[in-house]
Formats: sequence, structure tokens, C-alpha cells
Amino acid sequence: MQAVTPNTFVAPLEKSAPMTPARNSLWWDAFRRLKRNKVAVVSFIVICFYVLISLGAKLGILFPNVAISDTANQYLPFSFEHPFGTDVLGRDILARAVHGAATALSVGLLASFISLVIGMTLGALAGYYGKWVDGLIVWLYTTIDSIPYILLIPALTFVLGRGLVNVFIAVGLTSWVTLARLIRGEFIKHKDRDYVMAAKVIGASDSRKIFRHILPNVTHLAFVQFGLGFVAAIKIEVILSYLGLGVDPSTPSWGIMLDDSKLELSRPFWGNLVAATIFMFGLILSFNLFNDALRDSLDPKLKNK
Amino acid sequence: MLAYILRRSIYMIPILFGITVLTFVLFNMLSGDVAVRFAGKHATAEQVANVKSELGLDKTLPQQYVNYVKQIATFDYGRSWSTKQEVATMIKEGVGPTLSLTVIPFLASIVFCIGLALYAAYFRGTIFDKGIVVTCLGLMSISSLVYILALQYFFAYYLGTFPISGYDPSWTGRWAYLVLPWIILFVLTLGPNILVYRSVILDEAFQDYVRTARAKGLTTSAVFAKHILKNAMIPIITIIVIDMPFLITGSVLIENFFGIPGLGGMVVKSLWESDFPTIKALTVMTSIAYMFFNLLSDVLYSVVDPRIRLS
Repeated sequence: MQAVTPNTFVAPLEKSAPMTPARNSLWWDAFRRLKRNKVAVVSFIVICFYVLISLGAKLGILFPNVAISDTANQYLPFSFEHPFGTDVLGRDILARAVHGAATALSVGLLASFISLVIGMTLGALAGYYGKWVDGLIVWLYTTIDSIPYILLIPALTFVLGRGLVNVFIAVGLTSWVTLARLIRGEFIKHKDRDYVMAAKVIGASDSRKIFRHILPNVTHLAFVQFGLGFVAAIKIEVILSYLGLGVDPSTPSWGIMLDDSKLELSRPFWGNLVAATIFMFGLILSFNLFNDALRDSLDPKLKNK
Repeated sequence: MLAYILRRSIYMIPILFGITVLTFVLFNMLSGDVAVRFAGKHATAEQVANVKSELGLDKTLPQQYVNYVKQIATFDYGRSWSTKQEVATMIKEGVGPTLSLTVIPFLASIVFCIGLALYAAYFRGTIFDKGIVVTCLGLMSISSLVYILALQYFFAYYLGTFPISGYDPSWTGRWAYLVLPWIILFVLTLGPNILVYRSVILDEAFQDYVRTARAKGLTTSAVFAKHILKNAMIPIITIIVIDMPFLITGSVLIENFFGIPGLGGMVVKSLWESDFPTIKALTVMTSIAYMFFNLLSDVLYSVVDPRIRLS
């Protein structure tokens, strides 16, 4: 966005060998622009930090005693030993928040992965084959899109039952519509382009044309959508867990911490609310900022602007 | 135009079919043995059978589906399992409180956000613009639950400015209970609204007609007020129309927290109480509203913008 110098960088021939990405490709260009963007770099570091503490929590390195309750020490105030105090069962709230990060990241990752696979596949099939395949898939996603997610997702988790895996499934099954729509539109545009015709002429099969030729040209959309879906999934998990339709109450989750804090504010005890809010804010804000930068860097129209 | 509306309406039929099938499968087939849950843990086999025939669950699935479609068509969803009231009556009674809650912040947010988005777009790339965008992203990074919890605690519990929760169905009494929920709802919509409007306005700001208007000597503010805003209003109006079902669904958590007896609170309650007829009715009705407003938005789009041909 800042530099007005035209992109005159030309890749030396030997560098664009098949296995390394060409240095003037969309991806390379996006990477260079992201690297220059300080906000994006900082957000990326924060996201990595969350990934690290989540891995630490899951591997039992960070706060392995998260589930051990000690009711003699309930509602301890903020202190050096317990930076956010302890909750009703005497558990360290910082530990719960860190383990909650692992829950949130796993929901975000798996739910958006499910929706990525469904959205890419159905979008590609609809756009490429057209005709009744297209009609059927468009019908399917218009139907799902017509049911407000605030009703559809709770209804799905309600039917599937409580639990982390069911949250992945419910969110994943309902959030692929935007991506499918975008990918379908791109496939319709791309399928008649010269390069696809050329592939056809040399005898490429449908699946080869879809996966090897067209798909790489539309993956950037999936990247941006993946980030947006990630944030949405984390927010939905928090609301579902609050409604009692999300993860099991024994699983540490920011939504359950917020639910707990509802009854604790009048004590007044702030630990759960403050910890869950700070942890969520850091992760989601970094994701939002990074997504924004990523979208800008992948948008060829904004090149050199 | 009429032909277009007709064609679009006909296209709604398969979607409607999809919605009914999906909700039917969800609530009647996947949800396990509802009759056992309904009759209670200690019911005898006979009691369970009675409940089944009472709920129409002893019929074959196609028959159940036909009954279900009949219910939707006649707006007769039977009785709620938890309150034993007619679901249709409950919904009719819930519309008033919900609209009292959502309409005012919805409109206020539109006006305020368009204003701020224009301001941000006018100063695009400067510190003002960046400040607004980052603030919006920041606002959107906090869970809606936190806004409700924190503002309810601060204004209602700590300061005591507003009642903590409750509702008065009379016309004059209800507003005192609604001011705090209005504020929260308004704050919740700020982030997404400003960002969307800003990007719509910026899309217009780089069009050729803007350059022409500038070239003939209009000031930037005149171009914004007369040309850009007018053209940007076309997509903005359609976005607003598509958002309209929010008037029903936007209040789910807030109604629950503040004890407002509207449709949103009903959603949460019926989920908690496994009240299938009510959830089914609410899901189907809001879905139909979604479809309707989508159609309306497409039609409006062509009405306000003669460049768009209907095809």
C-alpha cells in the first residue's frame, strides 16, 4: 500500500524450477507484502504465542494440574501465585484460561478445516460441472444459508449432544457456504480459460483439471476464508458453551468461564471474566488484523497501491 | 419486473422444501427417542406409546413429514412441551417485546455507522481512518457475552441507573427496561457495520465518475455528499434489507440476560427445555423471513439502480 514503485522484479530462470515457487508468484508477492506490514508480523507472532501455550497445555508442560480442585482456596484474589485468582473450585484461573486457549484453537482449526474441505469440494464440483450438479449444490447451500446460524448451530449441537467433537462438526457443517459460493464463482470463470483448454487438449482428466490446474488458482480465497471461519468458530464455541450446548463443563473453555462469571460478579469476583476476556481479545484481534493484512496482500487489485 | 419477482418466488419453493426437510430430519429423526424423553425416565411402555400417538410419532416418517408441512402452512405448530401454550400464540406474544428491543438500536446504528464510515472513507489512509478501523476490529474481538455481562454489571448493578432485568408489557412501562439492552445492541453492531459500509464507500471512491466530478471542480466533500454517498447507498440498502431478520434473531442472548419475554429469549429457553415444537417453529419462521428479505433485497437492488437488469 505504501510503496509506489512498480514491480519490476523478474525471476531469474533457474530459480523458477518446478519445486520452488516462482519469486514473482502471487504467494511470494503476498509474503513480501505481509513481511513489510508491521501489524501483520506482530499479529502473527501473537498467534504463534497462543499456539505455543496451547501445545504446552496439551502436552502437559504448562499447568498440568488444571483440573485439580481445592475448595479450601476458592475465590482467592489476584496474586503473584494466581495472577487471575482461583475459581469456585479453587482452580487457578490462569491455568483454565491457557487450557481454554487450546480448546478455542482446536475448535477454530478443526471446524474451519471441515468447512474448508466441504466448501472447496462442493464449490469446485458446482462450478466445474454446472448443470444439475450445480443446481443441486446451489440448492443445498441456499437452504443451509437460509437458516440463521444462531438457530441452526445450537439445534445441531442439541441433537448431536454436548462435547468438543460435536462443536467441530456442527460449526464445520454449517459454515462452508460462503467459501463454496466463492469457489464456485471462480471455477465458472476459470473453466473456459485458455490454460484449462490447453490441459484438456493434451488429455487431462476432469479431476486433474480441477485439482492440478484450477484449484491452485483459487486457493488464496480459501486462505482468507479459513482465517475468517477460524474467528467465527471460536466466537460460536464461546456462545455455545455459555448456552450449555458446547463443550463438556469439565473441559476448560472461555465460554464456560464467562458462564461462571455471570454469578460471580455480584460477589464481586472478576477473575473469570477478566481472564477469559483478555485471552479471547488477544487471539481474536490478532486473527482479525492478520486476516485483514492477508486479504490485502492477496488482492492483486491493491498491488502497488 | 413482475415476472422476475414471480420467478424468484417460484425458486423459493425448493428452498422452502429444503428447509422443512432439514429441520424435520434434525428434530424428528436425529434427536433420538423424543417420546421417552418427553414421558420421563420412569414411564411404562404404555405411557411412552400414549405419548407417541399423542405427538403423532407412531405414524410413518412420510406421514409425519406431511403433518409437519401442514403445521407450517396453517401456522398451527401445536402446543409447547414446556408451557403447554399454543406455540403460535407464544410467537405472536413474543414479537412485540422483540421488536421494541431491536428496531431502535438497528436504525440508530445504521445512521451512526454510515456517518462514521463516510468520515473514515473521507480521511482514508490517515490516522483517523486507521483509528476507526482498528477500534472496530477491537470491538469485534470481544465476545458479545462480555459486553452484556460487563455493561449489565456496571450500569444496572453497580451504578443502579437501569433495572438489572425484567420487562413491563405496558406501552409506557417497557422503555425503562429497554434502554440498557438498546445500548448493548447498538455497541454490538458498531464494528461490523462500520467496516462493511466503509468498504462499500471506498469501492465507490475509486470509480471514474468520482474523478470526473473532481475534474470539473467539485470539492472532495461535495463529491462525497452528492455522488459517492448516493451510489454507495445502493449496496448499503441491500445489506440493510438482508440484515433485517436480525430484528428477530439479533437479541437471543440479550433477551435471555435481561429477562425480556421476546422471541430471542424463547429460542434459548426452548433449547434448554428441549421444547421441540417451539424450536422447530422459530427455526422455520426465521428461515422463511431470511428467504423473503433476500428476495426483497434483490428486487430493491434493481429498483434503486436502473443499471442492473434482472435476469
